[in-house]
Amino acid sequence: MDSEIAKIVERVVSGESSARAEVEKAIATAKEKEDLHALLELLESEALARADGIDARIKNGENVGRLAGVPYVAKDNFLTTVGHTTAAAKILENFESPLNATAIERLDAEGAILIGKANLDAFAHGGSTENSAFGPTKNVVDPERVAGGSSGGSAAIVAAGVVPFALGSDTGGSIRQPASFNGAVGYKPTYGMISRYGVVAMASSTDVVGPLTRTVADAELVSEILAGPDGRDSTVHDNYFLTQTSDKPLKIGLIREFIGDGVDSEVVTKTKEFVDRLKAAGHAVEEVDLPMAKYSLAIYYIVVPAEVSSNLARYDGVRYGLRSETAKSLDDVYGQSRDQGFMPENKRRIMIGSYVLSSGYFDAYYLQAQKARTLLIQEFDILFETYDFLIGPTAPTPAFKLGENTADPIKMYLADAMTVPPSLAGLPALSLPNDANDQGLPIGIQIIGRQKDDARLLSFAKTMEMNG
Amino acid sequence: MSVSKSDVAHLATLSSISLGDDELDALTVDLENIITYIEQLQELDTTGVEPTYQLTGLANVWRGDEITPQLSREKLLALAPESLNNQVKVPKVL
Repeated sequence: MDSEIAKIVERVVSGESSARAEVEKAIATAKEKEDLHALLELLESEALARADGIDARIKNGENVGRLAGVPYVAKDNFLTTVGHTTAAAKILENFESPLNATAIERLDAEGAILIGKANLDAFAHGGSTENSAFGPTKNVVDPERVAGGSSGGSAAIVAAGVVPFALGSDTGGSIRQPASFNGAVGYKPTYGMISRYGVVAMASSTDVVGPLTRTVADAELVSEILAGPDGRDSTVHDNYFLTQTSDKPLKIGLIREFIGDGVDSEVVTKTKEFVDRLKAAGHAVEEVDLPMAKYSLAIYYIVVPAEVSSNLARYDGVRYGLRSETAKSLDDVYGQSRDQGFMPENKRRIMIGSYVLSSGYFDAYYLQAQKARTLLIQEFDILFETYDFLIGPTAPTPAFKLGENTADPIKMYLADAMTVPPSLAGLPALSLPNDANDQGLPIGIQIIGRQKDDARLLSFAKTMEMNG
Repeated sequence: MSVSKSDVAHLATLSSISLGDDELDALTVDLENIITYIEQLQELDTTGVEPTYQLTGLANVWRGDEITPQLSREKLLALAPESLNNQVKVPKVL
């Protein structure tokens, strides 16, 4: 499908439309879709002021950039000097950032206009946006169902047609799974492609920044702008991201474990239909085994909480954020502020992290998990010796009902069973809309590539878009 | 593995979270379930396997020891819940 962003830029630059008109339209649509609760904050006056500035520069004949006048939304774990940055947690409820994330700076520099901050599971801990301290985001197709998570607000606002793209972050599926649930494109780049400077840290060994869009072309355009080092995130590699075209027949592996027991039958059917389309397009598809897939969630729920417990130690009620009003001692400031400011899932993850890192348990849990992670990576490496891409569904089910999984954390974790393995290996992966079930609920297909093979992954995904 | 309420209270102390009693009960159930789930890794033989700590082969990324523009003290202090004389204020420790 054609880039929607490019069409907006063309309208704005040619004078057929204006940045102000595009922003006004996006804000009006956002208000119409308010019941989704996709946005925590709408930045109306700030966005309009910026649009006027861009329109004035265009009138002066300036080149405003590749995203001139394009409205967008950022997940509320991206620090922005406009509005608030809450991470959907009480502990940051009133936080106003003194700096912008690198991703925000780069989009700004190309003329994009931030119109709002999107809802998420607090600190991006969750797969349904129900862990937001400010209430869940609803699914764009069925308001009784979840938007997925943790980038649920970003996925819903894009799928609802408010903006052509939104920023998300993905640690174990937080871009791909909500994209799948709402019928959007969700792209998680190779680990280290895009700087995370100014993004609220969750688990630093798998956290990535990426876009949610309606077309793969737009995911490609935004990623090209975001990729490359900024000197402020030492894990970012030199920019290898160059647009490619993929038209030759490929070898593709369908991961057998992802269409096995516990996977919704319509999800399996739609995945097999996608395989048929791949074959019709001339590609060779074979079923492959990834035996370590079944251990991936156990690895993830050791490694990630360990990193979470460390990354969230900084929220102490001292230098910024909520400080408990009843605190009398310094220990109270820490303990009470954290008790009042974190959601139950934040506490679970912090405390599991404290557990697996405790002396006496470290070898049995954390070290064992990092060794098991090596075994998983080796399995991926072997498959990628033969196959160009691996595919499977993005999630085992379509969007589930609000409240359906909240009482059972493990059941909630299982929604990420297919997105977690590529995260643990740092691989690029994209969720592509792949039709809907008989209730109209979107189903996504996940395409996984080799590390740093992002450009080819996007190029291939473009050829497989429905209605493309 | 069974997890007791006092184990969870200890983890809460290690994590600097002052949990209420109700929460302690709920978290005891949750943490026991989660720990039981992650224990399945014990069945894997990882003899001789190197742990993974970094995914893309980076090691020792250096930068020059140079002063770069930073946020001002005023901006940062303005974020603190309480400050006094250019310092963050906390309850008396001693």
